[in-house]
Amino acid sequence: MASLKDLRLRIRSVKSTQKITAAMKMVAASRLRRAQEQAEAARPYAQRMERMLGSLAGKMAGRAGAPALIAGTGKDDVHLLIVTTSDRGLAGGFNASILRETRRRIRDLQAQGKTVKLLTIGRKGRDSLKRDYGKLIVDSLTEVGRRQLGFADARAIAEKVLAMFEDGQFDVATIIFNRFKSAMTQIVTPQQLIPFAPPKSAEDGDKGGAVYEFEPEEEAILGELLPRNLAVQVYAALLESAASEQGARMTAMDSATRNAGEMINRLTITYNRTRQAVITKELIEIVSGAEAL
Amino acid sequence: MAERLLFELVSPERLLLSEEVDMVVVPGAEGNFGVLKGHSLLISTLRPGVIDVYEGQVVTDRIFVAGGFAEVTPEGCTVLADEAVAVSDLDAGAVEAELREIEGAAANLRESVARLSGPERDAAQRELVQAERRQAAVVAKLAAARERSAAAH
Repeated sequence: MASLKDLRLRIRSVKSTQKITAAMKMVAASRLRRAQEQAEAARPYAQRMERMLGSLAGKMAGRAGAPALIAGTGKDDVHLLIVTTSDRGLAGGFNASILRETRRRIRDLQAQGKTVKLLTIGRKGRDSLKRDYGKLIVDSLTEVGRRQLGFADARAIAEKVLAMFEDGQFDVATIIFNRFKSAMTQIVTPQQLIPFAPPKSAEDGDKGGAVYEFEPEEEAILGELLPRNLAVQVYAALLESAASEQGARMTAMDSATRNAGEMINRLTITYNRTRQAVITKELIEIVSGAEAL
Repeated sequence: MAERLLFELVSPERLLLSEEVDMVVVPGAEGNFGVLKGHSLLISTLRPGVIDVYEGQVVTDRIFVAGGFAEVTPEGCTVLADEAVAVSDLDAGAVEAELREIEGAAANLRESVARLSGPERDAAQRELVQAERRQAAVVAKLAAARERSAAAH
C-alpha cells in the first residue's frame, strides 16, 4: 500500500494538473467566442459572392469555353487534398478525426489508381501524415493565423493552390476541415474547391428570369471572381476549423478537469483511510504494550 | 427624393457598411457609374478608386476601394471590396511610403524575371503581375489621399 507521503504528493500533482486544464478550458472558451464572431462577420461576403457566382454560372451554363476553375481539366487523375489541422494538440478528437478521414480518402483514391497529393495546414497534420505519406506532401504550412486569422492568410493559400493548378500539378482539389456545429460536435467536411461546383439554387433562384448585365463581359468577371471565390472558400474553411479547434479543446479540457476532480476525491478517501489505519495501528501497539507490562 | 437605395459595403472579413442612401457613384472597371433606386440588374468589377456616397446633392462619404465587385439590383447596391478605407482616414505620407515599398519590390521582381529562367521565372512573373496590380491600387490610393489634402487646404 502506498505510503501517506506518496499519496500526498500524488494529490498535489493531480491538483496542479487540474488547475492547468481548467485554465486551458477558460482560454479555449474565450478564443472560441472570438472565432465564432469572426466566422459570423465573414458570412455576408461569402453569401453575396455566392449569389453573384450563382447568377453568373447560370448564364455561363451550357456554354463552351467555361474557365478551367469551373469546368475542370477534363481529367481526375491527380487529387490534391488540403488537410486543415491545428498546430497544437490537447484538443480531443479534433485532429484525429480529420486525419482518419484523410487516410480513408487517400486509400480510396489510391485504390482507384489516382495520384494523391497533400497540402497540410497545421503542424499536427504534417507530423502525423509525414510518417505514412511523406512522399505525397507537396507543401505544408504551420502557424497559419497564429495571432489572428486574416483574409490575407487564406489568400496566400489560395494563390499557392492556384499556381499549382495553373502548372497542371493536379486536377481536383478538395479541402478537408472540421465544420463547427457546437462546442461538443464538429463535423469532418470534405469540400471540393476545384473544379468549383456552383450553387444549385442559382438556376431556379429567387430572381427568377431576371437577367444581369455584366461589365465587362461574363468571362472577364468570372475570371476575376473565381480565384477570389477560392480564397473566400479557404477562408471560410479556416474559420470553421479555428472555431472547431477551440470548441474541441474546450470540451476536452472540461472533461479532463472533471476527471481530475474525481481522481482527487478518490485519492483523498484513500489518504484518509490510510491515515486512520496508521493511527489505529499505533493505538493498538500502545495499548498492547501497556497490557504486556 | 423619397426613393432611397440600400448601399452595402462588405470586405471578406466583415460587413463594413449597410445604410440607406440617395445615390452612390462606384468606380467600375469600364468607368464610374452612379446608382440610384431602380437601377437595372448589373454586375461589374471595380478598379481601384473612390466610392462617393450621396445624400441629396451632397457627398457624405468617400471610401477608397482597392478593387472588387459590385452587384446592383433595383433595391440596392452591394460592393464586395478587397480593401476599403474611408478617404478621410488616408494619410498621404503613409501611402507614399507604401508606394515606394511596392515599387522597390516590383523592381526586384522585374530584375529576377530578366535573370531567371524556367519555372522559377514563371513564378517570379506571376508575382510581378500581382505586385503591379497592387502598385496600381496604391497609386490610385495616393491620388485619392492627395486630392483630399488639396481639398482641405
